[in-house]
Amino acid sequence: MDNALLTVLVAMLGGAIRVSTPFMFVALGETLTEKSGRINLGLEGNLVLGAMVAYAVSYLSGSPWLGVLAAGGSGLLLGALHGYICKLPKVNDIAVGIAMMSFGTGIAFFFGKPFIQPTAPRLDAIPLGEWTGNPALAQALQVNPLFFVGIVLAVFLWWALRNTRWGLIVRMTGDSAASARAMGVSVDLVRFLATAAGGFLAGIGGAFLSLYYPGSWNQGLSSGQGLMAVALVIFARWDPIRAILAALLFGAAGAIGPSLQSIGISQGYYFFNAAPYILTLVIMIISAGSKASARDVPGELSITK
Amino acid sequence: MTAETADTTAVPARAGPNLQVLRFAESIAIPVGALVVSALLFSVFLIVIGKDPLTFFGLIWTGGFGSSFSFQNSLQRAAPLLLTGLAFAIPARIGLTMIGGEGALVLGGFTAAATAIPLVSSGVPAFVTLPAMALAAILTGGLWVGFTGWLKYARGVNETIASLLLSYIAIAIMNFFVEGALRDPASANKPSTMPIGDAYRIGSIPGTDVHWGFAAGIVLAIVLWVLMSRTTFGFAARMTGGNLRAARAQGLPVGWLMVVCCMIAGACAGLAGFFEVAAIHGQANASLVAGYGFTGILVAFLARHNPLAVVPVAILFGALAAAGGVIQRRMGMPDATVLVLQGIMFVVLLVSETFYGRFRIFQLKPTGDRT
Repeated sequence: MDNALLTVLVAMLGGAIRVSTPFMFVALGETLTEKSGRINLGLEGNLVLGAMVAYAVSYLSGSPWLGVLAAGGSGLLLGALHGYICKLPKVNDIAVGIAMMSFGTGIAFFFGKPFIQPTAPRLDAIPLGEWTGNPALAQALQVNPLFFVGIVLAVFLWWALRNTRWGLIVRMTGDSAASARAMGVSVDLVRFLATAAGGFLAGIGGAFLSLYYPGSWNQGLSSGQGLMAVALVIFARWDPIRAILAALLFGAAGAIGPSLQSIGISQGYYFFNAAPYILTLVIMIISAGSKASARDVPGELSITK
Repeated sequence: MTAETADTTAVPARAGPNLQVLRFAESIAIPVGALVVSALLFSVFLIVIGKDPLTFFGLIWTGGFGSSFSFQNSLQRAAPLLLTGLAFAIPARIGLTMIGGEGALVLGGFTAAATAIPLVSSGVPAFVTLPAMALAAILTGGLWVGFTGWLKYARGVNETIASLLLSYIAIAIMNFFVEGALRDPASANKPSTMPIGDAYRIGSIPGTDVHWGFAAGIVLAIVLWVLMSRTTFGFAARMTGGNLRAARAQGLPVGWLMVVCCMIAGACAGLAGFFEVAAIHGQANASLVAGYGFTGILVAFLARHNPLAVVPVAILFGALAAAGGVIQRRMGMPDATVLVLQGIMFVVLLVSETFYGRFRIFQLKPTGDRT
């Protein structure tokens, strides 16, 4: 029994690290965008398009890292389109997010059709657990470099938002567009750049999906991860470091089902499949009414108005 | 801008179109313009990938409207879109962006199929079974989406994200039962519930091949239009959508209105699920997850959340879906082609929102001394 529990926990640790990385990138991107006072619900589209582009470029060029970069580029384009449309008057950013979700997935499915069959070179992992001498633990500690990139990025974003001039401008735009204008800052430009940069990060999250875990491209690759990551940002109260922790929590929740399967418990598999969605919803219900959330929310965000 | 409108309404309008007519013309011209622009953009896309746009739109015409058979096929496919379009449009009037129609459709279809199992096996006649199935679907859908509205009102949970999450949960619930307790052992490759049997299938509207779901959708569209435009409830809902604070200050039961609008939406989507099961599939399985809920969002946006306008728009998208197969075969294009077209339409349509009030011809002529 203890052994089985240990197996599950180790599998969940490994799962958390693997599953959380796309959440991390999307959540960091969305944090940046929302800090500037705009919400992009369409990052699911960036995630799916990024996954397809990364897989295709990796297959055609033989270099998975080039794929990662291209995925970021595709996300950047989608984000920039979102950012540009939202600056037009009378346009609702939540609705544009829904539209970008369907646009991004549509494009990805259309051009991704020929790449479902072939196998593209994937990203390599760094084996960090060899020293333990425990094969299960060693397997769990096979960590993809993008995981560390995400953590470094989160720390950088956390620092930059607090301590740099750029960070101050982004936060000010998000908290009060009027004061930003009074300081001579172009609100539209800041939000455009923040949305484009956020889209770039979400695209990289997609590359992780297709090039590392699950590690293939098909139309069912992402089922709402991009959207859950957006909910996660609210839970993390717009803080990059907390976003990383929340992503790990989500990753662990997503890994429950497969981990239990690894010790032969397959009952309720569909229930555990739904676990991340239920967890997200519960977390949203808890964090929506909290005082801390009301204090930390960027003042210009339409989602809380 | 506001000063100008105030000015023009104060002075009696001279001979010529009045404000309502102009607004009406604007609300038709801009969405139609958006459709034309997206068709042009999609043509560019087709040319870039080396396909002929004229063939494409020609096939949509023949595949969707060309013959009596294809037109009836379009109407048939319009039925769920009509209902899911209404499911988005009604909450939108009260200011909620509720995108959970897909989940309510799936769950409604599933409960309909599950309700049928004991009734069919004990030989209850169809005229009792079918209404029971429909009722189960309506109730499930209504409660499911009503929950989103309640969360929004009671806890301030963002309804857009919550409703989409609930859609994923709804699909997981259906899969849980369809691949487990309620699985028909005969459905090997595609896990499904027990088929309801041909005797319990809902028929077609007499003289056509279109199932009754289309008629139900039209009736509901009219009823909901009356409800939203001609009753106190609808007025209160629209007022809440226009200005939440003002509605609260007036003492309107905002929370109750939100929950009821969401329940209406869920009931429509659930009913769509019922018709999918009772008229098309005959059982609940993964075919219910066909994206009708998401296309319904686009339908509602194009109809500007007007229940009556949902009807022609749903028929248009039904035709698009009906022509999809032909396009796939004749032009050798993937099934995602329609998704790309819909994505482009959606984006262009939202961009077009910015043009309301910008065109001179849709404004009353200023009666001041500007000449």
